[in-house]
Amino acid sequence: MSVRRLRRRIVSGTMTALVAVLSFVAVLALVLILGYLVAKGASSLDWSFFVKNPVPAGQAGGGVANAIVGTVIIVGLAALIGLPIGIGTGLYLAEYGSGSLGWTVRFVADVLNGTPSIVVGIFAWTWLVKPMGHFSALAGSVALAVLMVPMLARTTEEMVRLVPHSLREAALALGYPRWRTSLRVVARTALAGILTGCLVGVARIAGETAPLLFTALGNLNFSTSVTQPMQTLSLQIFTYGTGPFDEWHRLAWAAALVLMGLVLVLALAARRALRSRHGAAR
Amino acid sequence: MTTLPMERAAAPEPRWQVLRGANAGDRLYRGALTALALTLPLLLLALVSELAISAWPAIQRFGLPFVWTSVWDPVAGVFGAAPMIFGTIASSLLALLLAVPLALGVAIYLSEFAPKWLRQPVAFLVELLAAIPSVVYGVWGIFVLIPFLRTYVVPPLRASLGWTPFLSGVFYGNSLLAGGVILAIMIVPYIAAVAREVLLAVPASQREAALGMGATRWEAVWTAVVPYGRAGLIGAVILGLGRALGETMAVTMLIGNRHDIGLSVLQPAYTMAAAIANEFSEATTNLYLSALFEVGLILFVITVAVNALARLMIWRVARGTAVGSRAL
Repeated sequence: MSVRRLRRRIVSGTMTALVAVLSFVAVLALVLILGYLVAKGASSLDWSFFVKNPVPAGQAGGGVANAIVGTVIIVGLAALIGLPIGIGTGLYLAEYGSGSLGWTVRFVADVLNGTPSIVVGIFAWTWLVKPMGHFSALAGSVALAVLMVPMLARTTEEMVRLVPHSLREAALALGYPRWRTSLRVVARTALAGILTGCLVGVARIAGETAPLLFTALGNLNFSTSVTQPMQTLSLQIFTYGTGPFDEWHRLAWAAALVLMGLVLVLALAARRALRSRHGAAR
Repeated sequence: MTTLPMERAAAPEPRWQVLRGANAGDRLYRGALTALALTLPLLLLALVSELAISAWPAIQRFGLPFVWTSVWDPVAGVFGAAPMIFGTIASSLLALLLAVPLALGVAIYLSEFAPKWLRQPVAFLVELLAAIPSVVYGVWGIFVLIPFLRTYVVPPLRASLGWTPFLSGVFYGNSLLAGGVILAIMIVPYIAAVAREVLLAVPASQREAALGMGATRWEAVWTAVVPYGRAGLIGAVILGLGRALGETMAVTMLIGNRHDIGLSVLQPAYTMAAAIANEFSEATTNLYLSALFEVGLILFVITVAVNALARLMIWRVARGTAVGSRAL
């Protein structure tokens, strides 16, 4: 009997250690990726990397100024399109989403949330690039917005649902109409949570490449016109990373580090916003 | 709120409507939100119909055999998607094989064993893996993972299992193995995040009962907690599968992009997403383009089916919540 008990305790101890080691491995993967990004990219980050445009292949130097500006424009425009639709849908789901339409929208959002981004890319191509006759940053923004809306809708809904019912009832009892209750009291209380969702959404699309391949296309020159092709960091990394030149590889690491930094800042800001909400709730 | 029919007939604007707050502002607000909410279902319809219309010439031309023939000859205008479908499924399954034990281990550790102060930070770090852009995974895979596989993983694998058909041929780097490993790292955070929330949703009484009957801590987890959340855990794994099937950039950069069906994981392969990414801008004929749209349509239908299945299973455990959709 005691041998059996010993064996059971050994099994328990071993498995506990094993799952701890697995967690360590997962964190190690993150450390290895971020570590290599810093190790290989940091040395190339100088002033000219941020302010110069790419130089022709084979030449040394050059920067990714056009890609940085392009990323900001394309992602900003996508947010401008996606945020109102996503937040509005989320509010609908939280306020009126108990019926069959609510169920449908919720399910469609969850299903669209896993749509391959490349499929959204060719969809945006047929919808915008083909009729317009040329590639454009705008088409890229629309594709990114499509990727952003489902996730944003579901986060907003969850955050609004967390608002205590008593707050809503208090406002209604004071004679507020429903729409003002919803916007001024409920949505305002959930504001930090909604903001978190927005930041997470923007962070997610900022690094997307596949939907931009056939929409924003990329551009070797500096361009701020949204009806023309535009470069982004992600497209630049793809070109440089898969290209044949060592100089390109160096720039790819540096651009990857910059993009990763951008995404990390957004992710950390999202976490902060959420924590401040929890702090306020207590 | 109830009222007598008599009253309703008498007053021009019945009192109950005022009390319910059904005024113009509310109707407008509700209308506007409903319109915004309708964009999602409409978007889904538009997506499916656009893809289907663009793919129609290829569907008409090749019919069902498109799915199981493997000739892909743009010059002759003959297209069959079998190698890509095979490669998509093979790379995703390979990724699951590596990612599921890892992710479930992380989830079990974080929900059952880890000290309290360690749980949030580690969960956050693992979820950060999902924040890394796909193209960054691709660069890391080309310059770090492939050399690592070549030096430290493939030789010992060959030495021990080289006689199996799964490890035949020369290893050049870009291969099913490289694509599968990078996919595994990419889907771990999704599976781990959902699995952890599922395990946290298991009632404490489940653990207490097992421990009370004399089970060790691991036995309590394995015999009482995990079986209770089984549907949700399977849902988490299927969700990871959905991610892996549609992943584009990292796989395109690592899998080798060759139209071939082979059992060896050391050989290059192709996925549907990678084929679209690589060939869409080169598609010179309408039929070629249409064939790529059909590939996109197949990919879309498969991922939608997989995701819907995952959602239904997760909803069974954690009803109606957006578990995992927030995973970053």
